[in-house]
Amino acid sequence: MREPFLRPLAAAVLLPAALLTACGGESGDGAGGGASGGSTIKVGVLHSLSGTMAISEVTVKNSETLAIEEVNAAGGLLGKKVEPVVEDGASDWPTFAQKAQKLIKKDKVATVFGGWTSASRKAMLPVFERNKALLWYPVQYEGLESSPSIFYTGATTNQQIVPGLDYLKEKGKKKLYLVGSDYVFPRTANKIIKAYAKANGMQILGEEYTPLGHTEYSTLVNKIGEAKPDAVFNTLNGDSNVAFFKQLRSAGFDAAKLPVMSVSIAEEEVKGIGIDNIVGQPVAWNYYETTKGRANDTFVKAFKAKYGTGKVTSDPMEAGYNAVHLWAAAVKKAGSTDPEAVKKAAAGLSLDLPEGKVTIDGPTQHVYKTARIGVVRKDGLIDEVWSSKEPIKPDPYLKSYPWAAGLS
Amino acid sequence: MTAPGTALRSPALRARLRGYALFAAVALLLLVVAPLALPAFRLDELAKYLCFAIAALGIGLAWGQGGMLTLGQGVFFGLGGYAMAMYFKLHDADGDLPDFMVWSGVEKLPALWKPFESPVVAIAAVVAVPVAVAAVLGALVFRQRVRGAYFAILTQALAAAFVILLVGRQGLTGGTNGLTNFYDVFGRDPEAESTQRTMYFVTAAVLGVLYLAARQLVKSRFGRLLVAVRDGEDRVRFLGYNPATVKTVTFAISAGMAGLAGALFVPVVGIISPSLLGVVPSLELVVAVAVGGRYALAGAVLGAVVMNYAKTEFSEQWAGGWLYLQGALFILVMTLAPKGAVGLYEQVKDAVARRRTPERPVPAQSVQGEAA
Repeated sequence: MREPFLRPLAAAVLLPAALLTACGGESGDGAGGGASGGSTIKVGVLHSLSGTMAISEVTVKNSETLAIEEVNAAGGLLGKKVEPVVEDGASDWPTFAQKAQKLIKKDKVATVFGGWTSASRKAMLPVFERNKALLWYPVQYEGLESSPSIFYTGATTNQQIVPGLDYLKEKGKKKLYLVGSDYVFPRTANKIIKAYAKANGMQILGEEYTPLGHTEYSTLVNKIGEAKPDAVFNTLNGDSNVAFFKQLRSAGFDAAKLPVMSVSIAEEEVKGIGIDNIVGQPVAWNYYETTKGRANDTFVKAFKAKYGTGKVTSDPMEAGYNAVHLWAAAVKKAGSTDPEAVKKAAAGLSLDLPEGKVTIDGPTQHVYKTARIGVVRKDGLIDEVWSSKEPIKPDPYLKSYPWAAGLS
Repeated sequence: MTAPGTALRSPALRARLRGYALFAAVALLLLVVAPLALPAFRLDELAKYLCFAIAALGIGLAWGQGGMLTLGQGVFFGLGGYAMAMYFKLHDADGDLPDFMVWSGVEKLPALWKPFESPVVAIAAVVAVPVAVAAVLGALVFRQRVRGAYFAILTQALAAAFVILLVGRQGLTGGTNGLTNFYDVFGRDPEAESTQRTMYFVTAAVLGVLYLAARQLVKSRFGRLLVAVRDGEDRVRFLGYNPATVKTVTFAISAGMAGLAGALFVPVVGIISPSLLGVVPSLELVVAVAVGGRYALAGAVLGAVVMNYAKTEFSEQWAGGWLYLQGALFILVMTLAPKGAVGLYEQVKDAVARRRTPERPVPAQSVQGEAA
């Protein structure tokens, strides 16, 4: 090679450094526009808008944006408008951590609504804890966590997995087969399921994991066929569900012959799987588009008006929508967007939201949620067939369940 | 092939001096101007780009100089990153099990983790493990004369397999989540601004040293042999050299650089996870090198910094569609300048030089494609 290796190197560094410098200056000026002063209150919205998780997370971003618009339409907060700063986590956990840092430090947002996968939450957690900032996480998850910097508006295990098992037990399903994607949520969920089964005289006939995005299920369907379980507990996530349910159905297993209880399939996913493949199957959540109540009618109507009548609403979307309204109520009560003041005001706070009355549990920063088992209808929506009579107190470490001792 | 004898002419000497002056200017910019001008978290982002630049430098050596298109550099980045992160995790746990093992149902510290209780072992492993893996792989593969597309496919498969292994052994590796939430990085809080600044200086210094070392290597006899292997492996063999050794050594060096980059990435960003090491991130690194210009080491560094900076900037400006901009940038560079930004620069410079001294013979193209 020829000599001047170094000259381009100068360009390599000069160009971005110059641009970065420009950004740096802008961030210095922008400080006043944050939570402390200015005419708006900035909040971060951090979901995957690209990559494998985009299909799910974009819907939550949409419902959060809707809720922010509602807060502004109702007069804003502390006399100011709420301004969302949208960032793309790109289905990549380190990106979530870095974007969280950018939202906190450059945009000086009052709070962040974001995340879907547990991996993205785990990646963001240290950023929020060390910077004493607040994250609202809107998706059901595997529990065993309670960060002082995170509010969890989705279900923890005792509000979804355990009621799902209670339902199967009530229906006399004694022999279960566990199928899940290979990551932390299914593995933790299955650990809990096994402990529950042991204490309740149920039998686990098999436990299988496939990589995320896996689409070849004929072997697994054969194994299930040979094991002859009463029901399958399904913690598969994403595209895998499409292949799994298709192959299950072509092997002759429909909802009547083999119920498959799913915890990651909501209205949005049903469309992708194909209604024919999953009709009649049970799912466990805390909210469906069909949930009764005035707050839900308003939510569904507003959502369809903004995003189109063909769109459905689902549990994580509702939890994201709730998060915005709960935060706004806490800010109003505290008279400040300071995270510590908001946390104090949020403890015990109660609101009527689409899923019913939602109360924030102060010590765990989770919310009370009604568990609902639904069955997929012919039109792809989900009908509630069973519910816990009242909102269940969140118990992320399952401390109030004797059979769960030693799990956490 | 290199035009012989140019190094002896005095314009070349002057060019080299100018080069060192520019290197000093860049160093000044990175070590003085950037830290003064940038807020801490932007500096932290720049540190991340520099981590990728270190890995890209290794690809510049292996692919640009040696013709080995390695699509699995993420594996070595990951080996280095995990080695470092395992130490941090064990240090934080302070005798107990790391948090993710507890929730994965692991009851006893796996034997694989034991050695990483020592910082010395961990830091040594950051370079040693990737080098050893690459050396073994290289020795097996290059002796069998596997090259070109076959080598590329092999390394890509390695990256895919590595990710499946990491995800599948959750109790051992943290699964998809990877390893994160470090409280103590050599006695400092990794999220503190002072730590971020320090990590930035460390990363910039490592990049500077490795760049100079790589450049020295390229200029040495070994470097010339490497380019010769790239451009005519069989001819080199007939001349009595063993191309397999040359390639294995270079591949191992590039793996060591990737390992070091991964280890620096961990305290800079605060996480290492399989999503950083798979096929896509490995390809992104190669794309960055292609954009910068793979035939010059500076091109690799340039490409990594520019592409990653563009990623940040585009995604902040247009969160919903930044990938299109990123793709457009790649297509634009590859169409207008197939040899990357540095290649374009050299073409322009040659054209200018030709016009100035029309009597001089046109220099032979510095590069004739990659080894088959």
